Amino acid sequence: MLETWLQIFVPAVFAGAVITTIQIVMLLVVLIVCVAFLTLFERKVIGYMQNRIGPNRVGPRGLLQPFADVIKLLLKEVIVPADSNRFLFIVAPLITLVPAFAAWAVIPLFPGFVIADINAGLLYLLALTSLAVYGVILAGWASNSKYALLGAMRSAAQIIAYEIAMGFALVGVLMASKSLNLGDIVAAQQGGIFSWFWLPLFPLFIVFFISGVAETNRAPFDVAEGESEIVAGFHVEYSGAAFAMFFLAEYANMILIAALTAVMFLGGWESPFAGWESLADTPLGFIVAPGFFWLAFKTCGFLFCFLWFRATFPRYRYDQIMRLGWKIFIPVTIVWIFVEALMWWQKIGPWSV
Amino acid sequence: MSTQSKTRSRSVLSVIKTFALWELLQGLRLTLRNLFVKKITIQYPEEKTPQSARFRGLHALRRYPNGEERCIACKLCEAVCPALAITIDSDERPDGSRRTTRYDIDLFKCIYCGFCEEACPVDAIVETRLFEYHMEEPGQNIMTKDKLLAIGDKYDAEISADKAADARYR
Repeated sequence: MLETWLQIFVPAVFAGAVITTIQIVMLLVVLIVCVAFLTLFERKVIGYMQNRIGPNRVGPRGLLQPFADVIKLLLKEVIVPADSNRFLFIVAPLITLVPAFAAWAVIPLFPGFVIADINAGLLYLLALTSLAVYGVILAGWASNSKYALLGAMRSAAQIIAYEIAMGFALVGVLMASKSLNLGDIVAAQQGGIFSWFWLPLFPLFIVFFISGVAETNRAPFDVAEGESEIVAGFHVEYSGAAFAMFFLAEYANMILIAALTAVMFLGGWESPFAGWESLADTPLGFIVAPGFFWLAFKTCGFLFCFLWFRATFPRYRYDQIMRLGWKIFIPVTIVWIFVEALMWWQKIGPWSV
Repeated sequence: MSTQSKTRSRSVLSVIKTFALWELLQGLRLTLRNLFVKKITIQYPEEKTPQSARFRGLHALRRYPNGEERCIACKLCEAVCPALAITIDSDERPDGSRRTTRYDIDLFKCIYCGFCEEACPVDAIVETRLFEYHMEEPGQNIMTKDKLLAIGDKYDAEISADKAADARYR
């Protein structure tokens, strides 16, 4: 329908670009709204876990709180410290924000829909998720502040450590799906809950998600911010809209990691009940069908885990983070890739066909 | 079983527990259980916590039922005040009795310890249950004699009831 409408107004050459742009804008708007409500959800969940009730004053049950926060942040002055590198200082938040959104281009949202159906999707994702740390490092350096620089250095070391574990976990997914295309990865997990990759790749699933938590600098891996040690880490000197952008990037990255884990290990938009053909004709038939609903559901589950971890665990010490990343996660992933190779050789699990 | 193999089996068990994230899962279970526990938040302006009759809030000076002010300017409260928040001047009244001409409490200095109330031989200075007060201008932190007496008059019933409730413990 959209295509026929467009043919009236724009030449055919640009139609594709216009459609993609509309898709991107819609996705961005939805994402930003999700981020806004994720901040509220976080405060609510953590409050509830601490026997409080969280924000409840702005709007019914506090539902308008995110908008109050956004308006407050946007109206505040952006202070650029003297002796800072002005250009990098302004650009850094953008560098963290853009990859968090750009990575969504390759994520299959529902059957047959993805904004950019590229074959090297997994590589694209790895490249973009590691790009986000440049923003953190630049922010720390450009601020010309001790705390910011310390936070940036910690963040850099941490991300290098966990990137490797994450990459190895994705190698495992790659071996199981035999494709770099995320749509194919989801398709390879066709069938019910037991044909998803979480089962044969269970250690990689856990390692990937925990590395994802570390990658987004979330508690208990938030040494880059570490408010009790280095004030606010890399964003000490930021205020107003620039700070809001870091905030937005952090939460967008959380949603991204949650969606990625869902796509890689929990079958993306596949239904856990797929294959229960007897249900298909009953009123419950919709739970058998694959759809965006399932991806959203799984993503929300992982997002809840992010908040749950934050409410539960104290921050890791810096050396503990390094030990976990280098001495536990990387060996575990390498061992499991070897196990996978054995499974492939013996034709077990996803390789049985 | 020898001690060596016992420690070995224990260390094997601990390695298994470590890789199963056993203690982390226990922590997660605790927070998850608290997610569903009844919340203890009091919605402050609408709901309030119960107060003791001994609550130590804003000060007041009391009067006898016939309208005569109780304070006889003995200055015991001034002497006992650990924060030196009370300033008293006294003079002879035309009828020959000694009364205060100035009775100031600096609320910025006061630490609400209640010693003045305990020291007072005639139960004149008391701390009421009021805690929702504020100052808008510099100088409003000084509670003058007039202000203290006004509070005492306004909340006389409540103060008397609280005093009576606490009388048997004093």
